[in-house]
Amino acid sequence: MKLNRLAATFAAATLCASHAHAQTEIQWWHSMGGALGEALNGLANQFNESQKEYKVVTTFKGTYPESMTAAIAAFRAGNAPHILQVFEVGTATMMAAKGAIVPVAKVMADAKEPFDPKAYLPTVTGYYSDVKGNMLSFPFNSSTVMFYINHDAFKKAGLEPKAPKTWKEVQAAADKLKAAGQQCVYTTSWPSWMHIENFSAWHNVPIGTKQNGMGGFDTQFSINSPLHVRHISMLAEMAKKGQFTYAGRTNQGDAKFSSGECAMFSGSAGAQAGIKKAAKFDWSINFIPYHDDVKGAPQNSIIGGASLWVMGGKKPADYRGVAKFMAFLSKPEVQMDWHTKTGYVPITQASYDLTRKSGFYDKNPGADMPVRQLTNKAPTANSKGLRFGNFVQGRTVIEEELEAAFAGKKDAKSALDDAVKRGNEILRQFEAANK
Amino acid sequence: MEKRVVFRSAWLPYALVAPQIAITIVFFFWPAAQAVWYSFQLQDAFGLKTQFVGLQNFAHLFRDGNYLASFQVTAVFSVLVAFSGLAISLLLATMADRVLRGALAYKTLLIWPYAVAPAIAGVLWAFLFAPSIGIVTYMLRGFGVDWNWIINDNQALALVVIASVWKQISYNFLFFLAGLQSIPKSLIEAAAIDGAGPTRRFWTVVFPLLSPTTFFLLVVNIVYAFFDTFGVIDATTQGGPAQATQILVYKVYHDGVKAADLGGSSAQSVILMFIVIVLTVAQFRFIERRVQY
Repeated sequence: MKLNRLAATFAAATLCASHAHAQTEIQWWHSMGGALGEALNGLANQFNESQKEYKVVTTFKGTYPESMTAAIAAFRAGNAPHILQVFEVGTATMMAAKGAIVPVAKVMADAKEPFDPKAYLPTVTGYYSDVKGNMLSFPFNSSTVMFYINHDAFKKAGLEPKAPKTWKEVQAAADKLKAAGQQCVYTTSWPSWMHIENFSAWHNVPIGTKQNGMGGFDTQFSINSPLHVRHISMLAEMAKKGQFTYAGRTNQGDAKFSSGECAMFSGSAGAQAGIKKAAKFDWSINFIPYHDDVKGAPQNSIIGGASLWVMGGKKPADYRGVAKFMAFLSKPEVQMDWHTKTGYVPITQASYDLTRKSGFYDKNPGADMPVRQLTNKAPTANSKGLRFGNFVQGRTVIEEELEAAFAGKKDAKSALDDAVKRGNEILRQFEAANK
Repeated sequence: MEKRVVFRSAWLPYALVAPQIAITIVFFFWPAAQAVWYSFQLQDAFGLKTQFVGLQNFAHLFRDGNYLASFQVTAVFSVLVAFSGLAISLLLATMADRVLRGALAYKTLLIWPYAVAPAIAGVLWAFLFAPSIGIVTYMLRGFGVDWNWIINDNQALALVVIASVWKQISYNFLFFLAGLQSIPKSLIEAAAIDGAGPTRRFWTVVFPLLSPTTFFLLVVNIVYAFFDTFGVIDATTQGGPAQATQILVYKVYHDGVKAADLGGSSAQSVILMFIVIVLTVAQFRFIERRVQY
């Protein structure tokens, strides 16, 4: 009797469970903490409420490198998530992992969901497509590097509160700011992303051969050109004069600007939200400076941020759900919601137009600067983006060599020569591992 | 005469050590064997393609000047950590040994930092020395010192050494104090009667009698500097600036976990394992002979 009841309970429980399973779960691992995470969960909830068949479950897995590592380990153990948010430097590694991922274009085509790569900004499409133009991952949160100035500090130094357009003007302003007793004149977040990667695109010079690595794994770095050397030695010189304060390899520069310590700063467009909250002074967001004697400069800047990769080895029904979710994410109003809430760039033309029509940019001057800088000119082979294998390691190498140059341990030429030499070794290793 | 327990049963002693052996096999021998196996392979991040490359990973490492530089950093770092850690705690232990009133309070306070996790110790010191907001930075600036360990390599090394030493002092202190208290008072009194001053008494009587403790602590501290300081470094400098604080074990982590280069990282851990074996054997064979028990 007792046993019977127990069996009945079990049966009921199993029934309930199988009923719950009728809704297919889509696992989404991401790296959006704090306010960004809330905005991301908002997107998932909106999708889950819009239909009954699928349920997107979001999991915060730590920083970008951490969630990528977690996903790699999960894949090796056979339980990877459906969707993984991967930062831009991991792109080449993901692309090379043919058995581990499913190209987004294929997921969408198989599920017969509409998907038009041309709807995205060309700098975005280029970054995440293979040589044949197939979109491999789904662009999600994109930003770019911007130049911020502290108007109050400029006025105090007797300068007009207008951002310097060229590096010559930056140096002139730096002299004045320093003379006026400004403790930290200029600082930067993400030194390699700003002063090597975006610097190259902005001046239309290659970061590496084979279209910055997009044309094949047999690419080599070319960041020791005379222009690169000149730029890095200029920064080293500024550091020596106390006009450039090195803040670290990630976003440590953000706080140095928003606290008012530094008068000029280059950092992610995504830094705006934090500055808005913390800064007790008048500031502006501007295009990054360029060397005015370089032909064709300024070109356009390249994106940073992350895209969504679809992992392999799942059931066909799951992929239909993934496709549905991505179709949902592609909607202009969803994109606008994400863009205005987070400060990331509107990545489709339609969402950009929609945001402009909504009057958001009139109310938030400067909010469209990043997208204008990204689309400043039609991208060239040098400014489409970059794709280097093991670039997590490669970027570390570049940053180490930059640190040596900024600390005055090496001159700019030998630091960049060493960066190229060490970077190329990493590229060869990657090439050999992915033959 | 040594006392020996003799087991009558043939299997009982083995059964008693079996759990220990099993744990060693699962948590040491097995992973170590895997590291050796991976060190001969070249693999992509996801483990989809694996090639056997022989000693290529090792050859690659020894061609890399920065890997060799990492050896130097590790050596300097370990010597600094072990030496200053031992010296400071010996001084503190000698002082605490003399205190009569409130000795317990002193000892407890000195032992406290041991309860702090290495990563927390790192964060704590990083805050004190933070380039923009640190209180020590502020004071140093008053003395005209431009403190920015984000870019200055010597300052970065100083920071991780200070944090690591601070964390380890309690442990050393505890052992030194126990060692000091086990030295018969009659010996010291005899030396005093013979007219030896405090300094002479310390170096000729106390220090030699402490040598077993010192030797033990030396081994422990070097192993600590090699491996356990990982948390301190990860929480503060992350190996920078320009590899100034990139000790061997941190590079293993960076290349293996962050950069997903399993082969290269395994080759490094095999080398590290080899170094530790050599160091330990050397310490026990050569230094121990000169230790007076």
